[in-house]
Amino acid sequence: MAKQIVEVTMPQLGESLVSATIDQWLKQPGDSVDMYEPLCELITDKVNAELPSTVKGTLVKILAGAGETIEVGAAICLVETEAEAEDTPAATSAPTIQQPVQSQTNARPTGVAAAAAAGFDANAPMRARYSPAVQRIAAERGIDLGLVTGTGEGGRITRKDVLEYKPGAAAQSRVAPAAPIRAPRIAETSDLPTVVVEGATAPGREYYIDVTPIRNTIAKNMRQSMNEIPHAWTMIEVDLTNLVQLRSKLKDDFMKNEGINLTYMPFLMNAVVSAIKEFPIMNSVWATDKITVKRDINISMAVGTEGSVLTPVIRNADQKNIVGLAHEINDLAKRTREGKLKLNDVQGGTFTLNNTGTFGSVLSYPIINFPQAAILTFEAIVKRPVVIGDMIGVRSMVNLCLSFDHRILDGVICGMFHQRIKAILESYNMDTKLY
Amino acid sequence: MAVIEYIEAIRLAMKEEMERDGSVFVLGEDVGKKGGVFGTTKGLYQQFGEERAIDTPLAESAIAGVAIGAAMVGMRPVAEMQYSDFMFPATNQIISEAAKIRYRSNNDWDCPIVIRAPIGGGIFGGLYHSQCPESVFFGTPGLKIVAPATAYDAKGLLKAAIRDPDPVLFFENKKCYRLISDEVPDEDYIVPIGKANVMREGSDITVIGYSMPLHFAMQAAEELARDEGVEAHILDLRTIQPLDREAILEAAAKTGKVLIIHEDNKTGGVGAEVAAMIAEELLYDLDAPIRRLCGPDIPAMAINPPGEKHFLLNKEKVKSAMLELARY
Repeated sequence: MAKQIVEVTMPQLGESLVSATIDQWLKQPGDSVDMYEPLCELITDKVNAELPSTVKGTLVKILAGAGETIEVGAAICLVETEAEAEDTPAATSAPTIQQPVQSQTNARPTGVAAAAAAGFDANAPMRARYSPAVQRIAAERGIDLGLVTGTGEGGRITRKDVLEYKPGAAAQSRVAPAAPIRAPRIAETSDLPTVVVEGATAPGREYYIDVTPIRNTIAKNMRQSMNEIPHAWTMIEVDLTNLVQLRSKLKDDFMKNEGINLTYMPFLMNAVVSAIKEFPIMNSVWATDKITVKRDINISMAVGTEGSVLTPVIRNADQKNIVGLAHEINDLAKRTREGKLKLNDVQGGTFTLNNTGTFGSVLSYPIINFPQAAILTFEAIVKRPVVIGDMIGVRSMVNLCLSFDHRILDGVICGMFHQRIKAILESYNMDTKLY
Repeated sequence: MAVIEYIEAIRLAMKEEMERDGSVFVLGEDVGKKGGVFGTTKGLYQQFGEERAIDTPLAESAIAGVAIGAAMVGMRPVAEMQYSDFMFPATNQIISEAAKIRYRSNNDWDCPIVIRAPIGGGIFGGLYHSQCPESVFFGTPGLKIVAPATAYDAKGLLKAAIRDPDPVLFFENKKCYRLISDEVPDEDYIVPIGKANVMREGSDITVIGYSMPLHFAMQAAEELARDEGVEAHILDLRTIQPLDREAILEAAAKTGKVLIIHEDNKTGGVGAEVAAMIAEELLYDLDAPIRRLCGPDIPAMAINPPGEKHFLLNKEKVKSAMLELARY
């Protein structure tokens, strides 16, 4: 069984994606590749992903270097698949058949003067495979196939190539072979440029940062949201003293039992989801002539990294309890920071939560995650003197800020929604059970 | 010349043949008063009466059997199977009776019937309304099978089938019914059975097929000519039994690179025979392995849209197969 060169192509990573950028190659020519082993890392508008190999074999040639944006379906590298049988049949009389395809440096036909072949792509894996038609025509016309330029796949000489071959053109083609149908891309392994030219035009006083695909997507979405959605904003204070105590009571056991930290996020998410259940209009999208209310409550959760912010989605959050939410939040946050989100993880959100308190903010004005109807932020919990009745007490207070689409929602409904969240959060007490 | 729909071409062929020859009549489920579930026989009942546009019980075996009996005593029946999927109860009549009468009776009897049946998917019809049963009947000597892709061919081939002295299966593509319109002459004409047609001249690759997928190939060919400089030569078989051997070999030899397309499954399909024919006679003209792009070998076309899309050919699938072959 002869070895075979297989093209690995850019897969369709999502319904709407037409291309992806190669971030870096994890394999180099000569490396052996297993089925599904990651070949390279890809950047798309939505997520970063590793590209698993579709074949087992040896990477022969990289067709698209790091930083290049490749259309879906286009080849990005060549992999030589393993021979299936160990012992290939003994040499036959046709020299072309036993010509090893795997040899990168010597893929030209045997018996051809080195000078004559010098102009051809020595890497062309199909250079020495002649079809019956090519052999017949070459024999009839006495054409030395070693002199013919191949324009077919992998440098193969096509029937047209022989039919159109003129002996006089040999000398010329030796110098400049005709361009193949598809010009081979040169695999330059330049790194994805991040920070480029410093002070080339304005000496030293400014420098440029390339916009990454993710930065570009964030910019596009933010602009679209601000342009299309008339934002309105409101905030309430919530007394979390009981919840703070509850958490400190539970957190050690939780760590022991579940292996993850118990944060405030699952409590908040649980409260928000319950409130959405009561006010389903919060879970909707403006559709010009109507409002689409979503039955599935899929909570987008903003997770920041140094260079970007992503919103992985917790699906059907209303069907999960606090423990389940804690696990899912932990898993998504971890995978976001490690850059291991899948496309599916970031699609389908219907309402967004942003834990802005983690970076110390006590007040923020969030931009709605387009095309959703609202976004809620959870600010830092701070101890403050609070008047209760006629007394002053030290309480753990938090601000919840809500930006909403004023085409869909008004102050009254948002106020009720807000109050409902507040009521739930303040109803947690030392007796609340997680299981 | 008028541009008319594929379905109208079929209807006109029956109407004109019934006007021309009093022994021609149609029969099938709901072909009379209702004019057929797709409207293919619309108006025939009103024009020719209930004896020449006969509503039958839901019994395909009886439809074929009655037609065969009538044909043997001199009538020219055109029997309709509502969907080709429902045709299987009639296979015994078709294969063991209609196809063999002339041979069995040493030429004393003949059986000039036409059996029309809509084939193909793409209408969200699922398992029972999407099948391509060509391969079930293909390879049965004594049967002729036609499968037109254009309105012109549909009309001309149906007329030829009605006038043919032997049984002809007429596989019309239901997706083509209202999707495909082209110029059809006003005057009487036939398209001879057994003759393929070059739909497009080209020198880089040869595409051979029949019925609906050819339209994908034609669209893909225009795009490939414009964007890639690839000129495709496209052959419409029109008749799949007997195959037009000469035309197939000529088209294949023209480029040496052959792609065969059809919606019926790949294994045991018409394409297999076409490929074998080329392999038998044209080895030294071949410049690439013969390729086939067909429906997958799975039991049925799914009714869910992604499943149906996966099963069916489309312009993109055909185009990428064509381009791949052109680059080979």
